[in-house]
Amino acid sequence: MDIEYESVIGLEVHVQLKTKSKIFSQASTNFGANPNTQACAVDLGLPGVLPVLNKEAVRMAITFGLAVGARIENNSIFARKNYFYPDLPKGYQISQYEIPIVSGGSLDINANGELKKIRITRAHLEEDAGKSIHDLYENESAIDLNRAGTPLIEIVSEPDMRSSKEAVEYLKKIHNLVRYLDICDGNMQEGSFRCDANVSLRAKGSNELGIRTEIKNLNSFKFVEQAINFEISRQTQVLSKGNNVVQETRLYDPNKNQTRSMRSKEEANDYRYFPDPDLLPVEITKETITKIMENMPELPDKRKTRFMDEYGLEEYDVDILISEKSLSNYFEKVVKKVTCDVKFVANWMITELLALSNKHSILPANIPVSPSDFSCLINAISDKRISSKQAKTILEKMWKSGKSPDEIIDEEGFSQISDEGQINKLVDNVLKNHYKSVEEYKNGKDKLFGFFVGEIIKESKGKANPQIVTQILKEKLKDDN
Amino acid sequence: MENKTLTELTVELKSKKISSSELTKYYLEKIKKYDPRLNSFITLTEEFALKKASQIDTEISKGNFKPLSGIPIAQKDIFCTKGVRTTCGSKMLSNFISPYDATVIRKLNEAGTVMIGKTNMDEFAMGSSNETSYFGTVKNPWDLERVPGGSSGGSAACVSAGLAPCATGTDTGGSIRQPASLTGICGLKPTYGRVSRYGMIAFASSLDQAGVFAKTAEDCALLLTHMSGYDEQDSTSSRESVPNYLQECKAEFKGMKIGIPKEFLEGLDHDVHLIFDEAVKQLEKVNCKIVEISLKSSKLGVSAYQVVAPAECSSNLSRYDGVRFGHRTKDAENIIELYKKSRSEGFGDEVKRRILVGTYALSAGYYDAYYIKAQKIRSLISREFKEAFDKVDLIIGPTTPDVAFKLGEKLNDPIAMYLSDIFTVSTNLAGLPAISIPMGMKKNLPTGLQIIGGHFQESKLLSLAHEFQKMTDWHLQKPDNQKWI
Repeated sequence: MDIEYESVIGLEVHVQLKTKSKIFSQASTNFGANPNTQACAVDLGLPGVLPVLNKEAVRMAITFGLAVGARIENNSIFARKNYFYPDLPKGYQISQYEIPIVSGGSLDINANGELKKIRITRAHLEEDAGKSIHDLYENESAIDLNRAGTPLIEIVSEPDMRSSKEAVEYLKKIHNLVRYLDICDGNMQEGSFRCDANVSLRAKGSNELGIRTEIKNLNSFKFVEQAINFEISRQTQVLSKGNNVVQETRLYDPNKNQTRSMRSKEEANDYRYFPDPDLLPVEITKETITKIMENMPELPDKRKTRFMDEYGLEEYDVDILISEKSLSNYFEKVVKKVTCDVKFVANWMITELLALSNKHSILPANIPVSPSDFSCLINAISDKRISSKQAKTILEKMWKSGKSPDEIIDEEGFSQISDEGQINKLVDNVLKNHYKSVEEYKNGKDKLFGFFVGEIIKESKGKANPQIVTQILKEKLKDDN
Repeated sequence: MENKTLTELTVELKSKKISSSELTKYYLEKIKKYDPRLNSFITLTEEFALKKASQIDTEISKGNFKPLSGIPIAQKDIFCTKGVRTTCGSKMLSNFISPYDATVIRKLNEAGTVMIGKTNMDEFAMGSSNETSYFGTVKNPWDLERVPGGSSGGSAACVSAGLAPCATGTDTGGSIRQPASLTGICGLKPTYGRVSRYGMIAFASSLDQAGVFAKTAEDCALLLTHMSGYDEQDSTSSRESVPNYLQECKAEFKGMKIGIPKEFLEGLDHDVHLIFDEAVKQLEKVNCKIVEISLKSSKLGVSAYQVVAPAECSSNLSRYDGVRFGHRTKDAENIIELYKKSRSEGFGDEVKRRILVGTYALSAGYYDAYYIKAQKIRSLISREFKEAFDKVDLIIGPTTPDVAFKLGEKLNDPIAMYLSDIFTVSTNLAGLPAISIPMGMKKNLPTGLQIIGGHFQESKLLSLAHEFQKMTDWHLQKPDNQKWI
């Protein structure tokens, strides 16, 4: 009989902190500068240099810890992780080992409609390495140390996830959280947010952990999902044949959609961790923690509940709005300036504004239409100055030109005629011109009603409010009975 | 001129009795004449020195006098000096020109000193005889057949031979005090954290401390005042305020309670013991109360040191991989070969030995047995010192068990070599300040008296040293240079 397997997944998430300077030097952390222009003596590991801890990185790590309900160590220790690699200038990475700054904590994820708690083992501060570039010169490798020394927190979860879907859900949750906390830009393409996945299988119902493999450096949600799925099916095959999974580090190749062995446990480095004698224990006082707690921004889960309670929005809509901090901020700015129903704003943002940002591949944070212009547009619709159809055209023009809706309405004569007196006249004119058709209508040719509406709108050059036209037309045709 | 102390020289410079240029030329010429036999310098910075000296002279003529204006100084080649080759006594860095100044160098420059050259040393400060230098052995000015001690052997030898009025050094397990003792001069190792380590090439970061060599305790005090202080580039440097050590060491001496650990007298050469007893008698004359104490764990000092120092060094020296600076092998097929060959070619035997020992001590499965245990011994030693300083003001003993040994005598016997630091390592493990001053001669060779103080008690130990030097003239004796020409 076939054994049914359960997959067990834990993630190590590497989050680049948004500090201006590096974790142990004063060099800038900006992305994309010319190679090796943002590496100072300390980053280059020159003889005699010493690291000095960036306090802002510590504050950000504490912020994360507090946001996931973790314990903040008041004397955490930096340790050296020793290994040779060309883009690791000192021959060791300064990291934390025995006493990390953040330990214990959890995040709730949505697993098949139910809340599931994913435990966070620890989060520690460390420095990023530089980059090796192998495809620039024919027989040589190049090294760019701009990234060397960029602060990271590595967030290690317990093996609490049971599917690639849960893993992605958890990863998205952290991705969203670090941007709400404003400690990471979340840019996965630039490597600001990446993860390693530990995957193992065990017989369903068992409490023991199977032998795991670690998939390194996954830098998109899609890759995380695909890599884990591949690994689950690969391990299932291995186990089904009665073989053992080999404990090893694997690499995911997105082009082939498969993982391949990088190094086995035997080949693994002995990192010879020991406390870094160049750095003192990181002393964190209660006052510091209290201060950070007081300045903590509203977290996504809390904002979700508030949006549902305060605005009476559906969970589905709220999930979309809070999926990006900038989007939910945008929403609240618009809501403050409109007179209409909040649901109407949510609909317009989700169906129109987000559609445009998808179409133009623009991140919600970079939407070129300001919340105040967008609220003017919403008000123009709800005041019936323009039709929904017109509004869509205007929004596209606003997106491209950066002009306010009023400018576009004025310039292009978009405003809607809702004045009943004016529409009365238009209706009278059309009915007079088509008196034969009116008779046919009265004799039962109902279809002609649409024709009259069309003619009236045409007469108004498209500006007549169709709802008012319909209303008045109905009355007129009744009156003449 | 060479018998003048720094304090005397600064008076003459200030009163324009002598110019910095004259003084600098005087020492440079002496170096050229005598150093070929002594080998105490790796790099002479003549052009740099003469330019700086003439700038200082201009400043002095304008009435702008800094505390050490115009004083020539020799810098141990472990301190990074901008634009000047900094080798650390190694082939690995024989082509390394630092783009920045160490904090010690910057501070001494700002105080007005004139660097005349970079001194020879054991490779990466690993050694007690100066025989591990890639740039050749340094000789002891008192007997050219003997070692000057190490690792700061070049600095000690040049001051002892009168080729420089003062020099910097570094002390990880005795590297200032032991050579000071063997060459008959004063060598001060301050409290860990007193002087910034920024720009001082790391050997064992938790033990390394910069200090000075000079002829008198007063001169050490003067130099220390202008090297010390918190440095924001060194997280382990102390915020403890810096007193005027010169003034404090010259303040009226009112007697002290001094402890002699019985462990420091074990395994001691008989003659050195007699010389030490004589020194103790001198101290008793100036109202010092001598008591016997015990520092039981200090016997474990060398063992603990030989785990902690190599462990840290194995990590500190990983950066010398041939990738960005320093020696790179000429032929390597791949990156692993580049590492292996560059490091095999660039490092000497003693450095390799310590990297191996340290790597082993930190390895999985051995870490607890070696590194953690050594750290526990370290805490024990610190505690014993602390308890001792509850009872006494200072602790004294001979700096080394015997006088300078012959060249080559201990080179192939690492254990014997390591034991020459037996009285000095425990102060590094505890981070305490200590000084070695000349206390007498065994035949024609100097011996040193070590004075150890509690944390940041430099003034106290300098004060005792100064008092001793008021009563004795061992520090004024000098080797006969004429013999070697």
